[in-house]
Amino acid sequence: PVSLPFAVGQCGNQVGCRFWDLALREHAAVNKKGIYDESLSSFFRNIDTRSGGDGPDIYKGKICSLKARALLIDMEEGVVNEILQGPLRDVFDSKQLITDVSGSGNNWAVGHKLYGYQYRENIVEKLRKTAEHCDCLQCFFIIHSMGGGTGSGLGTFVLNLLEDEFPEVYRFVTSVYPSGEDDVITSPYNSVLAMKELNEHADCVLPIENESLFDIVNKIHQMIDSGKLGSTVKQNSLVTSSAGSTKTVQEKPFDAMNNIVANLLLNLTSSARFEGSLNMDLNEISMNLVPFPRLHYLVSSLTPLYTLADVNVPSRRLDQMFSDAFSRDHQLIQADPKHSLYLACALLVRGNVQVSDLRRNIERLKPSLHFVSWNQEGWKTGLCSVPPVGHSHSLLALANNTCVKPTFIELKDRFMKLYKKKAHLHHYLHIDGMEQSCFSEAISSLSDLIEEYNELDATKGGPRTDPSRLKIAV
Amino acid sequence: MSIVTVQLGQCGNQIGHEVFNAICSDVHGTHGLCSKKENESYHDACKERFFSEEESEVPVARAVLVDMEPKVISQTLSIAARSGYWKYNDRSHFCQKQGSGNNWANGYSVHGPRHKEVIMNLVQKEAEKCDRLGGFFTIMSMAGGTGSGLGAFVTKCLRDAFPTSFILNHVIWPYGTGEVIVQNYNSVLTLSHLYQSSDALLVHENDVIHKICAQLMKIKQISFRDVNQVIAHQLGSVFQPTYTAEGGLHYSRNPLGDLMETLVPHPEFKMLGLRNIPQMPENSLPYSTFSWPGLIKHLRQMLIANAKMEEGIDWQVRPPQLGSSIPSSHSTNKPLHFNTSIANLVILRGKDMHNVDLGSFRDPSLYTSWLNPQDAFNAWKTPRAFNKYEKSASLVSNSQFLLKPLDNVVGKAWNMFASKAYIHQYTKFGIEEEDFLDSFTALEQVISSYTIL
Repeated sequence: PVSLPFAVGQCGNQVGCRFWDLALREHAAVNKKGIYDESLSSFFRNIDTRSGGDGPDIYKGKICSLKARALLIDMEEGVVNEILQGPLRDVFDSKQLITDVSGSGNNWAVGHKLYGYQYRENIVEKLRKTAEHCDCLQCFFIIHSMGGGTGSGLGTFVLNLLEDEFPEVYRFVTSVYPSGEDDVITSPYNSVLAMKELNEHADCVLPIENESLFDIVNKIHQMIDSGKLGSTVKQNSLVTSSAGSTKTVQEKPFDAMNNIVANLLLNLTSSARFEGSLNMDLNEISMNLVPFPRLHYLVSSLTPLYTLADVNVPSRRLDQMFSDAFSRDHQLIQADPKHSLYLACALLVRGNVQVSDLRRNIERLKPSLHFVSWNQEGWKTGLCSVPPVGHSHSLLALANNTCVKPTFIELKDRFMKLYKKKAHLHHYLHIDGMEQSCFSEAISSLSDLIEEYNELDATKGGPRTDPSRLKIAV
Repeated sequence: MSIVTVQLGQCGNQIGHEVFNAICSDVHGTHGLCSKKENESYHDACKERFFSEEESEVPVARAVLVDMEPKVISQTLSIAARSGYWKYNDRSHFCQKQGSGNNWANGYSVHGPRHKEVIMNLVQKEAEKCDRLGGFFTIMSMAGGTGSGLGAFVTKCLRDAFPTSFILNHVIWPYGTGEVIVQNYNSVLTLSHLYQSSDALLVHENDVIHKICAQLMKIKQISFRDVNQVIAHQLGSVFQPTYTAEGGLHYSRNPLGDLMETLVPHPEFKMLGLRNIPQMPENSLPYSTFSWPGLIKHLRQMLIANAKMEEGIDWQVRPPQLGSSIPSSHSTNKPLHFNTSIANLVILRGKDMHNVDLGSFRDPSLYTSWLNPQDAFNAWKTPRAFNKYEKSASLVSNSQFLLKPLDNVVGKAWNMFASKAYIHQYTKFGIEEEDFLDSFTALEQVISSYTIL
């Protein structure tokens, strides 16, 4: 089944670029014979370019020319142009791009209302064309940041649009949340306005915080520099590295952090693309991890962050991987799931790991985790046989956990600081379609969400009374 | 008579493949330990039952493979063909691309009706290839979306299309600590629906088989393949040819019918459990010897003490005193955990099985009072050894074996249902709260019936 990523805005496209590069690397490592197969077709079309230009799709046989199934949207040309001039230029064509010149000025209203209205038809048309080439469209991915104007505003506009045009296709959103020291002053406004859209129109959201990505990058650098790793690290195994990728020559500043997000998406879709003894598709993730429609924010963690070059991996190291997945410094947002309440948890394991390893570790870790009373055994598991490049095994953990709450509370606080003083509001309100009510509704939506998490937290550690069973007349 | 197997979902297809493998490897093995003539009869009976002769060098399994995503079926077909001993029919499969998302409602209400015609056509084709159709064997897990939901729908269609055929559902009970978060919902919906259309449910619990792999088979890093191979061995031990009558001259030709007749006297009681001994690593086999009395003694105690395998059996459990009106499981002084049976079937494979004393299984105190003890117990036998075990004994039991697991699953599902968690995922596809309540009610009824045995 096909997953169709939309990269919207500068951040979204930078991550997107890393994603396509690493996806090609991953498939090249597995697909030695150059045959276009089912797993490649999740992300790539196979185009016959022999007669020059764009030929028809080739569904079987040797790989001719791979084209990414994607839409790249930005209201500034810089990032997208770079992609088109760079090593990935053959993977995209102009029909997949929607760009403008002047950007959104870090203004959600410009992105959502102005450009949204302006580009709606264009986007729908390109979307339909792209969807036509998909045998079975299962899921859309939106990759964007929350703090700016395009990714945040136009990105959430696209989210709405996807729901209208393809209501049955799942909508996963990877959202980079701004940190407290974000240099965009209005990022709280943009983020909260976007949150309302995510609350109402996304099936699943994977929040990411730059601070966490930054911390992971630092941690790896420290380990390498300090020589603590002893024997050599496999370069291409680093979750932050582009090494071994087929296209990229030079690394750019945010590449390391963006590679982490790219790896997240690759791992998330691995079981849908590659075979395994217990498959986990994206629709299963949505089904199992979203017990109530609005509680669809999933905290993710990736392990291991690197592999050492020695081949033998004793069980102990495997177990370490599971422990790490629950540790604070492997989470992709500033959160500590261990000390908050789990509604549900998914473990997607890749590589040479079997069901007994999975069960042993769940048994081991369960006692230290708090699960909500109606989901005491709330584990969803998947086993994919194909490990990521450079690794013999890896683990992606997705937690529906109340530890997202602090992120949202902080966001709300930063929003209120600005909003109370009506700072910069006029930049938004003068856009057609924007009114004060947009703001009050947005903050209200966020407050309601926080309240739902509060209610759940209140049940943590409380007495547990199971409801009485149905009585049957004998 | 032939059995048509319907493999549903990832689990159903992975297990189905191992079953045909086990059957084939048993037939081709040189450990029959019996006369050439016996071997040939066995071979022929097995072939008629499970394989058809088509224009191919190897026998073709009588099976229909169904899944809502393509990876597992594609793997299954190619691995089977590579074995060189058997294969699936290249056209006897149906798959889609998007899967069922672990959503029973998606499998039952969306995929089911949408693909009913295509799937039933495939089944019809397989049924027509049989000289005489002995019935259907479906393999599915209850935890996911396809095996469970689509599986329940297909079972209903089978019943409608073949009203007089036997239908046996082989159902896999998932691990207690989650493979799927909504597995208890899916299980409750599956079991309640299957109960309406099928003749019997033969259950394997992943947790139990896992223990067998760990403690008896001594496997260190247990994979699903290991689990499935043990399951396949146990199923083979039931469905490979046997003589059902004392002094019978021919291998029985109607295994499913015979099974139903002996084990399911009443439609309220359809839950069948399976035990097989001995189980050990292959390399231990040459060093082990078995005696029938020993095997029978263990198997009987496993029955009455509800032991899941031949280690850790509670030998303290004894049948209640005959003549007492209250079954000992209701005794308040000392809970004996005595497993009351409705009917039992023992299958013996290996030499010298002719004079095995099965009197301990005919003890009336093992059974409820409504069947004549003569009718409550049956034995099938063959001198032909199975799958490298010089002697092996299996027990298929309609008893309280599955009472506790069923009660657990219903309890957990009910607990979750009370909070309404995940219900929106089902109503999205047309399964409403009332449907859940109907299923809960139906299963509480089954639990109650088995409890007061």
